Amino acid sequence: MPENCIYIARSSAIAARALAGEMMVMNSADSTFFTLNEVATVIFQAADGHTPLRDIVRDRVCEQFDVDPEQARADAEQFVTELSSYGILIVSNQPLASEAT
Amino acid sequence: MSLMSEVGQKAFDLGVPIAVHIDVTYRCNERCVHCYLDHDDHGEMTTAEIKDVLDQLAEAGVFFLTFSGGEVFMRRDFFEIVEHARRLMFNVKIKTNAVMIHEEEARRIRELDVDTIQISVYSHRPEVHDAITELPHSLERSIKAIRFLREQGLRVTIANVLMTVNSSDQSGVQKLAAELGVHYTLDPTITPMMDGDTSVLALRIPGEELPEIFRNPALVGSQEEFCAPPKPPSKEDLEGYSCSAGHSFCYISPYGDVFPCVQFPLPTGNIRRQKFLDIWNLSPQLKEVRSIQAKDLTVCSSCSHVTSCTRCPGLAYVEGSMRGPSTADCEKSFYRTGVPTANMLQHGLSKPRTTAPLIQIRPIAVPA
Repeated sequence: MPENCIYIARSSAIAARALAGEMMVMNSADSTFFTLNEVATVIFQAADGHTPLRDIVRDRVCEQFDVDPEQARADAEQFVTELSSYGILIVSNQPLASEAT
Repeated sequence: MSLMSEVGQKAFDLGVPIAVHIDVTYRCNERCVHCYLDHDDHGEMTTAEIKDVLDQLAEAGVFFLTFSGGEVFMRRDFFEIVEHARRLMFNVKIKTNAVMIHEEEARRIRELDVDTIQISVYSHRPEVHDAITELPHSLERSIKAIRFLREQGLRVTIANVLMTVNSSDQSGVQKLAAELGVHYTLDPTITPMMDGDTSVLALRIPGEELPEIFRNPALVGSQEEFCAPPKPPSKEDLEGYSCSAGHSFCYISPYGDVFPCVQFPLPTGNIRRQKFLDIWNLSPQLKEVRSIQAKDLTVCSSCSHVTSCTRCPGLAYVEGSMRGPSTADCEKSFYRTGVPTANMLQHGLSKPRTTAPLIQIRPIAVPA
């Protein structure tokens, strides 16, 4: 899937809360528990289903953190793929309705 | 240290209330003989008030939210409350007797992605369970509900409170849990009533029966480790705190009263008059609870069990002082290890009740 088509939304099956800038996330289906670092938290919080990942990286990640845009995009794609495999994020090449909130 | 423990420690260090237990009602359809609650409704919070509390808890950083009672399903708006909690992305656990859960309720619980449902089962024998709950056919109905919940793929835990009237049924309930494919937990602690009435403590199983539990590998894991004599405390141990009550955990009653824990009836504020975070951050009572280190405990600081004891500051508070010992936990420490506690020695061994010789026993490992 080309990067510029990626839309991400948080699953409704999860619980999540920020603790000191890091996001705690738990999937209620299997109780898998994660903490996300600050950069991952920014992406997670911006996962509204209709903002392309490309824009999230450009407008949030690169704005707030001193990172190389290309590297940030690659890392973001890997992060999104990993979280979707755990059922935390839903990934699509079409805009999505965010399941949570 | 597991990731979950790390997060718990971080919340503790930062003073973030990561977990809250909220009783949405004290009303109940059962009348359990050991229950510490007054089941009359003295003006419980409305739906709107509870939703507002949940908004405040989310803002305060609460992640783990337990709904309990009373019986939660006595509230007709309970699903509306859970729905709101899940919208706020809490991890939700429900404690219930499950008598009012049928297929439809089980399905809704699944749809709301509730993490765990904990159900009280006192015996595998209806005549014993129903005599404790004082509700005919309650065991049959609870088991039926567990099956509905399991059919939905939900995680269920059977909580088995052990007391004089069901102490011989522990293994039967454990077997029942295995048959139903659910987790099993056992708790030999009977709590005094919220108003301080201790008459229900007569139901506590005699200390002499505790070793049978503590020597059961199916319940405690490594018996040698669990029953090991206590290690001498270090300076760091004595500067430690007893539990998360008031540090990263608190309890909210159906009337909006905030306490350090469900077992710690020290009033710290009321959410109908103050914002939750104002109570959490400014309550002098909570500040006092947080200030108590192991070295400040009047009797326990000199006890050899101080680092390994499950001392409950709430039970100690009910006994007279939040800095004092909790006799029920002294009893557990003694019967777990065979080593007398400072509290017992101070009372000339007259407490806890015991016929066992007060010598140190090195437990013998039982083959698996």
